[in-house]
Formats: sequence, structure tokens, C-alpha cells
Amino acid sequence: MTLAALPEHMHPTRSFQGLILTLHNYWADKGCAVLQPYDMEVGAGTFHPATTLRALGPRPWRAAYVQPSRRPSDGRYGENPNRLQHYYQYQVILKPNPSNLQELYLDSLAAIGLDPLLHDVRFVEDDWESPTLGAWGLGWECWCDGMEVSQFTYFQQVCGIECAPVAGELTYGLERLAMYVQGVDNVYDLNFNGREGDEKITYGDVFLQAEQEYSRHNFEYADPAMLHRHFIDAEKECLALLAAGAPGDAENTLHKCVLPAYDQCIKASHVFNLLDARGVISVTERQSYILRVRTLAKACGEAFLLTDAGGANWNRDAA
Amino acid sequence: MPDLLLELRSEEIPARMQRKAAGDLKKFVTDALVEAGLTYEGAREYWTPRRLTLDIRGLNARSADIREERRGPRTDANEKAIEGFLRGAGLSSIGEAHVHNDPKKGDFYVAHIVKAGRPAEEIIAGVLPGIVRDFPWPKSMRWGAASARPGALRWIRPLQSILCTFGGETEETRVVPFEVDGIVAGNVTYGHRFHAPDAIVVRRFDDYVAQLEKAKVVLDAERRKQIIAADAANLAFAGGLELVEDEGLLDEVSGLVEWPQVLMGTFDADFLAIPSEIIRLTIKTNQKCFVTRKPGEETLSNHFVLVSNIEAKDGGREIVRGNGKVVRARLSDARHFWLRDQGDLPDLETLKASAEKFGLDLARPLDQRMAKLDALDVTFHAKLGTQGERVARIRTLAAELAKATGADAARVDRAVVLSKADLRTEAVGEFPELQGVMGRKYALLQGEDPAVAEAIEDHYKPQGPSDRVPSGKVALTVALADKLDTLSGFWRIDEKPTGSKDPYALRRAALGVIRILLERNIHLPLLPVVQDPDLLSFFHDRLKVYLRDMGARHDLIDAVLTAAADDLLLVARRVEALTAFISSEEGQNLLAGTKRAANILAAEEKKGTVVETAVAPELLHLDAEKALHAALVPAAEAAAAAVAREDFRAAMTALSALRDPVDRFFTDVLVNDEDPAIRANRLALLSAIRAATETVADFSKISG
Repeated sequence: MTLAALPEHMHPTRSFQGLILTLHNYWADKGCAVLQPYDMEVGAGTFHPATTLRALGPRPWRAAYVQPSRRPSDGRYGENPNRLQHYYQYQVILKPNPSNLQELYLDSLAAIGLDPLLHDVRFVEDDWESPTLGAWGLGWECWCDGMEVSQFTYFQQVCGIECAPVAGELTYGLERLAMYVQGVDNVYDLNFNGREGDEKITYGDVFLQAEQEYSRHNFEYADPAMLHRHFIDAEKECLALLAAGAPGDAENTLHKCVLPAYDQCIKASHVFNLLDARGVISVTERQSYILRVRTLAKACGEAFLLTDAGGANWNRDAA
Repeated sequence: MPDLLLELRSEEIPARMQRKAAGDLKKFVTDALVEAGLTYEGAREYWTPRRLTLDIRGLNARSADIREERRGPRTDANEKAIEGFLRGAGLSSIGEAHVHNDPKKGDFYVAHIVKAGRPAEEIIAGVLPGIVRDFPWPKSMRWGAASARPGALRWIRPLQSILCTFGGETEETRVVPFEVDGIVAGNVTYGHRFHAPDAIVVRRFDDYVAQLEKAKVVLDAERRKQIIAADAANLAFAGGLELVEDEGLLDEVSGLVEWPQVLMGTFDADFLAIPSEIIRLTIKTNQKCFVTRKPGEETLSNHFVLVSNIEAKDGGREIVRGNGKVVRARLSDARHFWLRDQGDLPDLETLKASAEKFGLDLARPLDQRMAKLDALDVTFHAKLGTQGERVARIRTLAAELAKATGADAARVDRAVVLSKADLRTEAVGEFPELQGVMGRKYALLQGEDPAVAEAIEDHYKPQGPSDRVPSGKVALTVALADKLDTLSGFWRIDEKPTGSKDPYALRRAALGVIRILLERNIHLPLLPVVQDPDLLSFFHDRLKVYLRDMGARHDLIDAVLTAAADDLLLVARRVEALTAFISSEEGQNLLAGTKRAANILAAEEKKGTVVETAVAPELLHLDAEKALHAALVPAAEAAAAAVAREDFRAAMTALSALRDPVDRFFTDVLVNDEDPAIRANRLALLSAIRAATETVADFSKISG
């Protein structure tokens, strides 16, 4: 669909949801399954099992989705025009990465109204690493007129496992991108629904109060002792579920309970982020928390390879 | 002579790796070609964010034939031997062999083997795939469908195409036929990603450069740099400003663009209330932009210079607007942490124990940060404990050192306690290179004594041979304590520098101590502080390097430096005085006399000749020996007394009184007297000369 054909209130340069829908249309056209957000608290779109787990194993995979992302330490009580403890990432994962992934990405920017002969789009070195997921990849921050609008990564390893084949991951910072194309300086001024006057709903209408409340929660009110218990529970449960679903004998070679176990890994990771924001984790403890989450992620990744989606029993030629 | 053009075009290569990669490419290709028997007239490498290019001129069209003679068996050898010879030399019948005659050994077969030279294209096609495959990128990656297979090609980012043409100046060039993991070499490249997306067919380097330039790619990084530097300076000048030059940034930026376009943006002047260092680093590190200032002024202006990669349709208005917006957002973040660092931390009641430990006032922001640093058990080093423990150690040490440096003990203590507090500030979290600098600023803002604030910044100094040495007494005391604690700590856990490995910069720390002691005239016996004789000898090694760099003779350093010498300033002063003395005529003569005495003594001691321990005056007969004896005692006493009051010049002058008597002694007196008692006594006189000079230096170690 061309931009001109869109009704005014759906235009990505006027409407936050219009921006999302334009990206959905674009990536749907490229063969992606357009998924919905994962229904758990995560720090980034990468944590969605559609990325973390699906990046593993030999089976081709293409998906695009919005993921609400929580970074408790980035809370600013709604006072900073650029930083949020809850924001949206637009996530695209293509496995194996097509050879023209850079062009596909640039075309997606054009689709939302960023003309590359008017705006300075650049690929600036940024090697991505997630110590908690045991994952790393090489790629770039994508800059538009000096603003980082996306992350572009060729996954090399996830859950401590080599990616074969490599997946390409694109992560758009939706608020930043929207602020840019809408031309507003304050995230809370973003036009959410593309309407004007009485009908207009802003990003602030939707999220300002939430930012204030969650900032209090993250920095001041959250109960560290309870969070600590939750961390331990999630860790135990993750390992217990993996043990329960583990393949038994020659008849039962598949793992039977990876996704629920991985949910617990996600939970542990988020609880750790909350503890970190509360400022109650010392530097050495921090390392050991990260290591514990990574241990869970690795165990989940290894178990995932023993499932259908992970490519167990999958035959490339038959597919 | 034909030329070779090679271009490896990829997705964006990190700026900091481009130069080395292009250099490596040149080295590996030219080495491999030479190894294969080709020669070339010249080679030059180029790079942009998206390509590594190699231009090799004047290659041979083929490698030379190699002729070789292989000696075989005698003509009358048995069939088996002849067969083996034919097989080994690759001949099909003995008729192809030549017969040589040796007068002694008779006739024997010789095979003339010619290894035909190979066409250069074949050689190039043979070596390039391996060079591409084994390229030494600091990090490399796999990509695409091919990455599912083991052994897939790795590159810094996906390799898109290979261009490789070969041919003489007057002929059509040919594509060198090879492929690497499915990428087939060709004669096609692409220009600027946005301005010139169409394929470009290339013949040789000259039209390659020209076509790229037309397609808005400046191939030569040096030219891109010049364009940026000149345009940026002009743009600043036109606005009545000057660019704050930054060579590292210029290098980086020239590696981020193929078609540099320089523009100027602005931010609100209100932001100039943030310290200049933070503004500059924010704009440089995060945005890769240059800052400007009014000519001759220290403080920055609110204009910055950016480099874009496109010639925008609107002349760059949108780009400037966008960059300005990002810079404003970054600066407002910077202001946010600059202000937050001056405010209270949450949960102050959890910091009480730490505050008590360090005598901190929790009403003050920097004190809170120190308390937090301690409370969080931030590790300094796994085996050396936390930052809090370290500060406590430095505190005790600094209190001791203050006695030697004469610094005010209370100020020293306060400075130590706050010296690491800024590690918990958001400004230093964002820009670690601002440690110390920010601590000083925050200290002044909360009303600390200026000497304390100065010490917080300067205790990290000097950071090497050309860095500033702290001058205030409080600052240099804390600087010494900080470095000595580091050194003692790493010695205690046996993490010493070895060879080129010095991950904790311990050599630099030791040099820092030496420079402070010597340049600020501080007598500090090190052994009681460092305790470990091995660490003291490390200091000796660093001191030697330092003094030699300052022009001192190594033999004079050795003559003065004893294993137990732990007052480094004293050592340096002795070396200085000895250098002056040895360059004088008296010094030279006395040195010669002392050496002669020492040699005679050594020879006699070896023979087992008896040497009296003390000179018996009644056994002295000749005037010359009486005179020497008479001179020795007062000279030695005067020298020793001068040394005791550290007046090395006077010590040398005292010794120079010995010059004449020693000279006369060797002229007039025969040491080897027939009477063993007289001989033993004269030898004792010689050892008295040696002993007298030893009060100042070990003359035997001085050459010449």
C-alpha cells in the first residue's frame, strides 16, 4: 500500500498506530508471520520466544511483531522527554537472513516516509550482546540524521548455541521513530491515534501516569525480599519443568516442556532487572544473577533443539 | 606490464577496522604473489565503509620458468635405480635424460627439469580465495543460507561482491576467474548506496576511481579526511567560530561516509551550563560530531559540526534539524545526570554504616556516592577486595605518607575518602574517562576545600611520562598512596607485569611514583611502605629506565644503586652529582687511580696475598704513602659526613682532594715491596682508597 493511499489518521507520520500498521503491512508483504506481543514482562523484543528460541535450529522462520519492553532502570517519573521504563520495540526476525536484508530494511524506512535522499541513514558499528541470554551477534545501530532508530543484528549465537543458519534481527525503537517522523520533541506529545482536536489521543494520555507509577515502583516501592524469592522460585521452576519434560528413552527423543520452562527464565530475568533498578544488587552479585539467568537460557535453548520447532527430525530436503 | 585491481565490497565495515584491514589485504596479496614468483612495481590500498580496494601496478604477466638439474645414477647402474630416477624426475624414458661426464666417477645421468612459469591470472585466482577465507578480522561472522553449513565463509559483515580485473595498459582487462563460497569475482561494483544504486562496469583502477567519484564515492580515506577538515574549518570560520580539533574523531568520521558533506547545527545556549568536557564527550561519543568555540576562548559555543553521507535534496535542512534534535536530547540527558549527581540518593538510611566507616556526611551528595560505593561492595579486583576496602587501605597509607610529604593530614584524609566517590556518579558512569575530573567539580560544588578537590582529580596523575605531575601536597600524597597501594596489592597476589603484558598498568603506576618523588623533591623510604624487596627492585628497574631517558649514564646509575637503596630521590641526586664529578678532570683521575688500586687488590687477593685490615702508620716509609694516608682519613670522613647530610657535591669535592696523593702514590711507590709486612700495609692503603670512594659510589661499576 502506498502512503498516499492511506487515510490521514493512519499515516505513519501522523499516527503512532499508523506507523505500527504500516510496518505490519510492509513485513507481512515480505512473508513474515505477523505475531502479537508476548504476554509477559520482557526487557526487549529479543526475549520473545519467537526470536530467542526460533533463532535456534535449522528451520526457516520469518516473523514480525511489536513487543512492549520494560527497562525498570530507565524510568524517569515521566519527566524525561526521551526515556521510558516501558516502551515498544518493533521486532523482525528472518532466518536465514536474506542477502538483501539491508535493502529490505531501507525500504521499510521509505515505507514509513523516510526518504534516504533527504535523511542521512547510516549503519554504525554496534556489536550486540545479551549476557543474560548467552547471545551475541554483529551488526549496526541504524542512524537517521544522527538518531539511532533501529538495531540490525546478524545473530551468531543464542542461548550459548551457534546459529545455523544465521538469523537477521531488526529492532525498531518505535517511540523514537514516531517522534522523528511526527516531528515532536517529547514522547508524551506523540499522536497515538492520528486524530485531531477532541478525538486526539496522545502517548501521554496512554502512558504518562503509568510511567510515573512504575518509576515509583521500580526505584522505591518494589519489595526486594519478595523479588528475591520470586527470582529463586522462577529459577527452580524453570529447571524443574526442563527436567520433567526431558526426553526419556529411544522412543521419546523429543523434549516435551520447553516453552513453559522458558517463561520462567524470562520471569527470572525481569525480576533481576527490577532488583537492579532498586539498587540492592552489588556488582559481584550482579554478575552471579546474570550467570544464573544465562544458565537457564542455555538449558532452554538446548532443550528447544530437541523439539519439532527446534528442528529435531526436520529434513531440509523434505520440507 | 599488467595491473591488478581488487575490490572486496561488503556491508558497512566498522570505521576503526578499515585502515588495518586494507593494509592487511595489501600485505597478504603482495606477499602471496611474490611467493609465487611474480614481481610488481607498486601497490596501494584504499578503503571506504563499504569496500577494501587494492591497486597493484606493473605485475608480470606470468611467473618465470624455473630450471633445475637433477643428478641421477651412473649410466651403468641397474635398471631399478634408473627407473626410480625417471619416476622421481618425471621423465618418460631415459632418452630424455642427459649424460654428464665426471672424470673421477664416470658417466651419469642428469635430468633437466623445467618448471614452466604460470600465468599471473592463474596465480592470482589461486591465492585470493585463501586470503579472503583466512582474513584476520578481529571479529568475524557468518550470514545467510550458507551459514547453515560448517566451514562457511566468515567476514566482518556480509561480503557482497568481489571485483577483480587484470590486464595491461593498452589491452582490455580480463576478470580473474575465482570464487569464494559462492561469490564469483567479476568486473562490477556499485557506487553510493543512495545516490548511485546502479551497477558500474569497471576495467581498471583509473576508470574505477573516476566512475566511483561520479557515483559519489571518494575512494581515498585521506582525501575524505581533508575534505571534512577543510569544510569543517571553513564552516566554523564563516560563523565566527573555530573547530575544536579532534584527530581521532576525524579519522572515525572519515570511515563512516563515502561522500562527506559537512553541515553545522546548533543547540540551546542554556546547555552551556553543563561542563564543557561533558558537552564535548556527549556530542563526540554519541553523535560523532565536532564542537566549536569562539576563537581564543576556552568555553564552547552552541554550534556543532556534523558530517553526513548524502547531498540532500533540501541542502541538508532536515539532516541539521534531526541532528540538532538528537544533540538536544543527549544534552538534556547529560544535564539530567549532571544535576542528579548533585542531588540526594534514595534509601540514605541504608548507607549509614558505610558513612560511619569513612566519616562521611550524608547530607552531601559526593559523600553519599562514596557510601553507596562501599555499601554495594563494588569490586576493585577479585583478589584485592572491594573499592571500599581499597579506600580504607589508601587512607591508612596516606596518613603515613603525609608525614613524609608534609601535607595536612585532615585534608589528605578527606581527599582519600572522596577520591573514588565519583565512580558512583552518573556522569562517570556515562563517560568513564571523566573519573577524577567530575569528582573535583562535584567536590567544589559541595564546598570542599580546594586542595581536597584538586587531590580528587589529580590523584590519578601522572598517567605516563608526559602527563602532569600533581603539585599540591595533598594531591601528591593521595596520588602516591593510590599508586603504592595498587602496586603492593598486585605484588601481594603475584600479578606482576611480564614482558609486554601489563594489564593493570603497574609500570605506569611505578613511574608515577618515581616522577612524583623526584620532581617534587620527596624523600620517602619505600621499603617500609612496600615491604616486598622484589617490588623495590621493580622500582629500581623503572628508575633506571626513567633516569636513562633523562640522559643519565647507566653505569653511573649502577654505581650508585644498591639493592637496599629505597630513597629514590637520594639515588637520583647521587647519580646527578656523580655525573658532574666524573666529567671533571679530578673525577677522571681519581677514577683511574681507584680502578688501579682495585685491580691490584683484586689480583693480590686472588693470589692469596695478605692484606692488612688497617693501615699501620709506623710501616709507612715513603713521603708519597705518608701523604696519601694523611689525606685519606680526612677525605673519607668529610665525604661520609657530606653524604650523611645529602650534600653529594661536597662529598665529591672531598674526594677530589685525593686525586694528587693517589697520583703521587702510584708514581713513587712500589706496592709490591720485598718485605711482606710493608707490602701488606701498602695493600691496606689501597683498600682504604677503595673504601673512601665507596662512601659515594661503587667506582668499580663505572666504565672508562
